[in-house]
Amino acid sequence: MSDQQTNEFKPFNVDVWKFDGHAGALIPLLQSAQDTYGYVSEKAIDYISHVTGIPSADIYGVVTFYAQFRTKPLGKHIIKVCNGTACHVNGAKGVYEVIQDELTITYDETTDDGEFSLLSVACIGCCSLAPVITIDGETYGRLNAQKLRKIIRDAKRQARDQAKAAAGEVTA
Amino acid sequence: MKTVTVGLGTCGISAGGEKVFKALQEELKDHPNGFILKETGCVGMCYREVLVEVTNGSGTGHLYGEVTPERVGRIIDEDVLGDKQIDEWLVSGDHREKGFFENQIRIVLRNCGKIDPGSIDEYIAVGGYQAIRTALTSMSPEQVIEEVLTSGLRGRGGAGFPTGMKWKFTKAAPGGKKYILCNADEGDPGAFMDRSVLESDPHAVLEGMMIAAYAIGADDSYIYCRAEYPKAVARLRQAIGQCRAKGLLGENILGTGFKFDIKVKEGAGAFVCGEETALIASIEGRRGMPRFRPPFPAQSGLWGKPTNINNVETYANVPWIILNGGAAFAAYGTQDSKGTKVFAMAGKVRRTGLVEVPMGITIDQIVFDVCGGIVDDKKFKAVQIGGPSGGCIPASMSDISIDYQNIPKTGAIMGSGGLIVMDETTCMVDVARYFLSFTQAESCGKCTFCRIGTKRMLEILERICEGKGTMDDLANLDELSDQIKAASLCGLGQSAPNPVVTTLKYFRDEYVAHIVDKKCPAHVCAPLLTYTINDQCTGCVVCAKACPTNAITGERKQMHFITQDLCIKCGKCFTVCRFDAVVKE
Repeated sequence: MSDQQTNEFKPFNVDVWKFDGHAGALIPLLQSAQDTYGYVSEKAIDYISHVTGIPSADIYGVVTFYAQFRTKPLGKHIIKVCNGTACHVNGAKGVYEVIQDELTITYDETTDDGEFSLLSVACIGCCSLAPVITIDGETYGRLNAQKLRKIIRDAKRQARDQAKAAAGEVTA
Repeated sequence: MKTVTVGLGTCGISAGGEKVFKALQEELKDHPNGFILKETGCVGMCYREVLVEVTNGSGTGHLYGEVTPERVGRIIDEDVLGDKQIDEWLVSGDHREKGFFENQIRIVLRNCGKIDPGSIDEYIAVGGYQAIRTALTSMSPEQVIEEVLTSGLRGRGGAGFPTGMKWKFTKAAPGGKKYILCNADEGDPGAFMDRSVLESDPHAVLEGMMIAAYAIGADDSYIYCRAEYPKAVARLRQAIGQCRAKGLLGENILGTGFKFDIKVKEGAGAFVCGEETALIASIEGRRGMPRFRPPFPAQSGLWGKPTNINNVETYANVPWIILNGGAAFAAYGTQDSKGTKVFAMAGKVRRTGLVEVPMGITIDQIVFDVCGGIVDDKKFKAVQIGGPSGGCIPASMSDISIDYQNIPKTGAIMGSGGLIVMDETTCMVDVARYFLSFTQAESCGKCTFCRIGTKRMLEILERICEGKGTMDDLANLDELSDQIKAASLCGLGQSAPNPVVTTLKYFRDEYVAHIVDKKCPAHVCAPLLTYTINDQCTGCVVCAKACPTNAITGERKQMHFITQDLCIKCGKCFTVCRFDAVVKE
């Protein structure tokens, strides 16, 4: 990769690399890239390769191995459905079906308007509130179909209002 | 002066703890001299969160459960300012909670839910960092190892290898540079013991690691923590910073010349990284794939140096053992399994949360005496112990003692401490399918039998759950299980078939019901269910509109009807009905 290309790419914090100095910092670097951009882009991989000297192909191998890394951008709002054992036993599948019905997306997909992404997580850790989802980090527990449908519809309405407000600001 | 403590572990926060904390802060503004407000970790009663404790100057207190911001005002007015306990919200002294704390022995959880995990001074005030001081000033590394050997402590991550032996091997390994690793990659769905300890008492884990480092002669270490545990990572970083500031980490610790440092590495979401050689590969920045052992990490671990790996709970036991003596620890438990074990209780049990019990307790005692029995008094069917690597133990065997000797006899494993309680509404075939889908997705792909064998097993189980299984499938499951166990390199593959093996052994009739009768006895497996509409139906036509095959007919405001021949059992009508009028059986 040429230096010019590297300069065009807005770099993220690579201090972890300086701190560690060996290959052990690769995963923290990728985490830092994802924190900055919401996903690990091809450019970010090339940039990390440029900084560390690790071949891009090897870095791509690491990216695809770990569940945490995404190679596509996410929607504005993240809905995570817990599929831990306690949630599974308490009906996580039904939870997924309601969300799928409301947003017409399946796991790891983003709605066409770019508002919502749906992710499955192994365990959020509040098994006593099962079944659970989080929307943008806020937890909603002890769900049933009705309660959940209302939560999702409210979130949709809120997202719509926000988008309208933002559009209003632009035109004004 | 009274102290008001709010439980702000992940469980507390999920239940709205931060809102309660904010509401208390607001009140504090109006009563600046009324009380001290502080946060604490998880006391284990996750089912009663948000928990708020009001303690008076002499240390006796009232614990309130299910506190909401709306309830804060009354707690302040009546208890904090008025000295009158509010009986109906009380958890402590509540007869319904009898047995929860009484049947526990808390060593690992000794400070959890009591001290502020963000304060090193509170940890020191309850005797923290006394053990490392004792070890450094009055014990040789050999004496420390001897004490741990006497305690009989075994690795709490699942395999149960004697901790003292591991330390001895690493100490004896040639080589100048040695590492200590803490495995905090708690990936079992349904297990949250380590997260709770890290969030509620991070210093206990750090102190345990320091003692291990002194014993084996290491000066550097990493804690490999799941990135899905942001709160635990933040707590660890904060605690490490406090230790460095106090001279408990770094050069010349406590003036003894002992040098040690701890760094935190965040995992990136791979269950297999809980396996020690995969964990090391991940810290080194590679794909987290396990390798053949020997050499064991004790000989050649991180960066090829001798490395000691224990998990969070194991380290958290160590300071207590040094302070109270190995013999005191060994006084709890059974002949082969000493001390206590923390269990994360989840599923269909009344009191979900964290409990610490002596080894050798029976499943019955833990489910009924400690955790209050089954929700809605349904029939107790089985416990799943050891997560996706473990197995299902039926209720008929629940008088079995939980220890490293007896649990493996059932076909399950001790595991790290996840205990999922199941009742009559849980389908065992579905449970086996669930766990296998987890291990299948998490298989790193290195060993053929684990990569492809689990896939084939999962396909068979999915077929059975859809009512398309044959009796031959059961024989195939048995055969594949044996092969995968025999031909996989690491614990993931070797134990992946366990949930299937145990459910086949103890609940074969449920498999047969799915295959021969095309019925799911627990009414879980959707394709085997029949949906009907009862007289709760108001004729709102929502289900008829939702039905993708137009199987539902009926006039508006009249009871509806499902034509079974057209029904594809998708369950849409059941989900959309707001009147509980759709029945599945």
